[in-house]
Amino acid sequence: MSGALDLLTGLAMGLSLVALGTSRLPSLIRVAALQGVVLGTMPLVMEHDLRAMVVVVALATVVMKGVVIPVLLRRAMRTANIDRDMDPLIGFLPSLLLGAAGLIGAVLLARWLPLLPEHHESLLVAGSISTVFSGLLLLIGRSKAISQVCGYLILENGIYMFGLLLISSTPLLVEGGILLDLTVAVFVTGIIVDRIQRAFDSLDTRKLTVLRE
Amino acid sequence: MKESLLILVPLVAAGAAALWPHDRTRPWFLPAAGLAHSLLALWLLVHPPGAPWHPWLGYDPLTRAVLPAVSLLFLVCAAYGVSYLRLRAERPNRVFVAAFLAALGLMSAAHMARHLGVLWIATEAVTLSSVPLLHFNNTPRAFEATWKYLLVGGTGIALSLLGSFCLGYASLHGGGAGDLTFAALAAQGAGLSRPWVLIAWVLLLVGYGTKMGLAPMHTWKPDAYGEAPGIVGAMLAGGVTTVAFTAILRVRAVVDAAGAGVVADRTLLAAGLFSMLVAALFLLSARDFKRMLAYSSVEHMGILSFGAALGGAGLWAAFFHVWNNSMTKGALFLSAGNIRRASGGRTIDEVGGMSVVTPRSSALFMTALFAVTACPPFGPFFSELLILRAAFSTAHGWSAAFMLVCLLLAFLGLSRVVFAVVYGRPPRAARDLGRRFKETLPVLVPPLVLLVLALWLGLATPDVLREAWSSAVGQLTSTP
Amino acid sequence: MNPALEFVVRLVVWLLLAPLLPGIINRVKAWVAGRRGPPVLQLYYDLARLWRKGVVVSTLASPGFIAGPAVAWVAILGAALLLPLGPLGASPSFRGDVILLVYLLALARFCTAWAAMETGSAFEGMGAAREVSYAVLAEAAIITAVLTLSLQSGSVSLCAMLAPAAGPGAALLAVGLFTVLLAENCRVPFDDPNTHLELTMIHEVMVLDHSGPPLAAVLHGAAMKLLLFSVLLVQAVLPVGKLPAPAAAGVLAAGVLAVGVAIGLVESLLARYAFRRVPLLLTTGFLLCVFALLISWDGGGA
Repeated sequence: MSGALDLLTGLAMGLSLVALGTSRLPSLIRVAALQGVVLGTMPLVMEHDLRAMVVVVALATVVMKGVVIPVLLRRAMRTANIDRDMDPLIGFLPSLLLGAAGLIGAVLLARWLPLLPEHHESLLVAGSISTVFSGLLLLIGRSKAISQVCGYLILENGIYMFGLLLISSTPLLVEGGILLDLTVAVFVTGIIVDRIQRAFDSLDTRKLTVLRE
Repeated sequence: MKESLLILVPLVAAGAAALWPHDRTRPWFLPAAGLAHSLLALWLLVHPPGAPWHPWLGYDPLTRAVLPAVSLLFLVCAAYGVSYLRLRAERPNRVFVAAFLAALGLMSAAHMARHLGVLWIATEAVTLSSVPLLHFNNTPRAFEATWKYLLVGGTGIALSLLGSFCLGYASLHGGGAGDLTFAALAAQGAGLSRPWVLIAWVLLLVGYGTKMGLAPMHTWKPDAYGEAPGIVGAMLAGGVTTVAFTAILRVRAVVDAAGAGVVADRTLLAAGLFSMLVAALFLLSARDFKRMLAYSSVEHMGILSFGAALGGAGLWAAFFHVWNNSMTKGALFLSAGNIRRASGGRTIDEVGGMSVVTPRSSALFMTALFAVTACPPFGPFFSELLILRAAFSTAHGWSAAFMLVCLLLAFLGLSRVVFAVVYGRPPRAARDLGRRFKETLPVLVPPLVLLVLALWLGLATPDVLREAWSSAVGQLTSTP
Repeated sequence: MNPALEFVVRLVVWLLLAPLLPGIINRVKAWVAGRRGPPVLQLYYDLARLWRKGVVVSTLASPGFIAGPAVAWVAILGAALLLPLGPLGASPSFRGDVILLVYLLALARFCTAWAAMETGSAFEGMGAAREVSYAVLAEAAIITAVLTLSLQSGSVSLCAMLAPAAGPGAALLAVGLFTVLLAENCRVPFDDPNTHLELTMIHEVMVLDHSGPPLAAVLHGAAMKLLLFSVLLVQAVLPVGKLPAPAAAGVLAAGVLAVGVAIGLVESLLARYAFRRVPLLLTTGFLLCVFALLISWDGGGA
């Protein structure tokens, strides 16, 4: 059981590094979606006795993160008709190296932190920290609005992984609410992306510089 | 049970407003729901309910100490909103009215949340519901501001979710059941795993601090406040920030129970002083009078954080200051909105001599300036005085001196801009535009009401409020 | 078996089998593309043809132009002989032979680059510069992989090192080494072995002016290098050394064949990467090796 979970966690960590190294917007969206699917299957692997709610939340996660959100983003990308190559503010190579350093740091940090005995061997904490870090890096280091949204998704994925540690104790009502909020957040973001496109004729957030000191 | 109406009434009104077919009459939903909400909140202030209504949500002393201020501010903004939306009849207001009402309901929920998860959900929902409010003006600048708000606010909120999970893990690691209600967490007290509590505190402070606008997480604030309509700015500065402040206070109580209160207080103190410094420095160079209000808000958030860090008397004064902040910020934003519309400009390079064009709004703006910079006899003077006294009595003399310097700098910066806007010769364009803008009662009375309230709070603080603040302090510091 | 005899047999096996692998790869590519493709033994014919031809030498070139490919060929052959073959081990095996292996490969690269510079052509100089600058990254990955292996086994001798560890470490190492293999042997995402025309090519530029037997040496050396890396990869991941000799030979052959097929598929399905993205890919390979190293370190510590 823990082997399968670790495999999925490792996969998710690898995907966040791929996201840092990829230079094409469609593949970035695909990577974020794939990571969402990987995360969605995690609760199914973790739980010994599958409650109906767990399955529902897992399925909802897969559908939301793996299908709905990527479709929305891809549509935004297509209607915006933007250049598929992303200009990074932090280059791909530096961000990849930073991400790798972050991953190593996350493993060390997870080892230093006091964990419950059943989580000692698990990669989940390290995976969560490194994915959060990668997400932040993408948020800071990319200039296209959609790639920033992808960074935000990856950040959320990392937090979701941490939330899995608590899955047996938090009421799933709360998890469901969190998922709902996230979905609405992405919908709203999609709308704003669309409006930015219409207003600025570009999705390069570096052009959003009217407001500054 | 009555408490639930505080959440339900605005949400139902939001639904009804979304379905209401007439743009012209829809804005009346705002004051109607606002009035019901205020009456209920004030009634509950005077007659506090006994036990919390639900383990996850309840009108507890902390809610009682601050929610009525938000409710009153909303009522006044709603009254102003009716005439504002009539002036902006060219923009469809269905989404705006519904989102504004939903924001009120969600803010009530966030104030009343007694569960970390519920608190997070409500706060995130407030963030999302205020997005349509921010880009009501539909200009590229408004979208830019909204994008920054979403991105910075969203990241902050995401980090606070991580912090909530960390706090849950602290409980699990300490042998608890992972119950995320604040009562259960505080009851576990020292049993919480200390490293996880500290991590959670940092993440939650950053997360909710972003929402509150503490420096250096304040970067979205000037843009959002500068581009949003005046009533939205007032609600953001006086309502949403209060949500985040109570969230931080609730978390601080847990951290305190876990035995890390000293660390928490030290970080709050540092964040508060840093916010005041940043705000003061930016105010000195501000030229845009709506963005200036954002920095003033950052400054007041710093004061709140500083007061909360002092505990006891400081916390009491911080609650006092929450009320004053809501009232004076509301007055400033509404009067600034009048001037903005009459002048058509936003910086002191374009706007001047408004005392000629809109004498009454200018007078209100000027008075609100004196109120917000803590000139006696307005409320902020007394609350800030109390915070300073608490600082001196708890051996934080240097911090208090630092705060005084920042307040002085902020006063210089604010008054420089306000004087430039109010006095001088108005540009020709502003004079023509201003003639079209009528200073009618509906746009003058709301800020005036808020100023009177601020004055009343300062001169004769009602005993029921004093008692409410004391019991809130008691709630937050009762755990040994 | 007599050690001298065994040595000779190995030599012959390496020399004879090496040109087979490029043939297999070409067959896979042809199959994916739906062509008939060249015969598997095509490289043998090419080598034979080249061997019979004369040599054209630029008037600028020093004897280094001829010596370069020759030394490179000998260095690669030496490196190949250091590599153990499953349970048979290597004929010369000693402590630290892995370092010699890395150095011999570096020497071969140096000689090729040197010979390329000898022509005085700016174009070849450019190719040499590219080859050497990417080699920096590839070598970092190789050295990390070697460190991983030696940490796993606690030894610096190739025979002992190639006893692999199971688990995610081995998988990461395999992918990392495969990336390095593609880069070192100028296969597709990095370089295109079929082109002689584009300015983006790396390795092929350096040998443009070679002809006759020196070119044959270069081509044969490249084939041997490819086989060497494939054998190394297979042995680093599969426990070949623990099997009885016939089974080991079968596994080794199957593994090398699998690597050949994988290269063929990669070449058919991927386009060559844009030039500026090559370092990114090589760094990815390096990082994979680093993670494998960390995992084996962790396993050793625990």
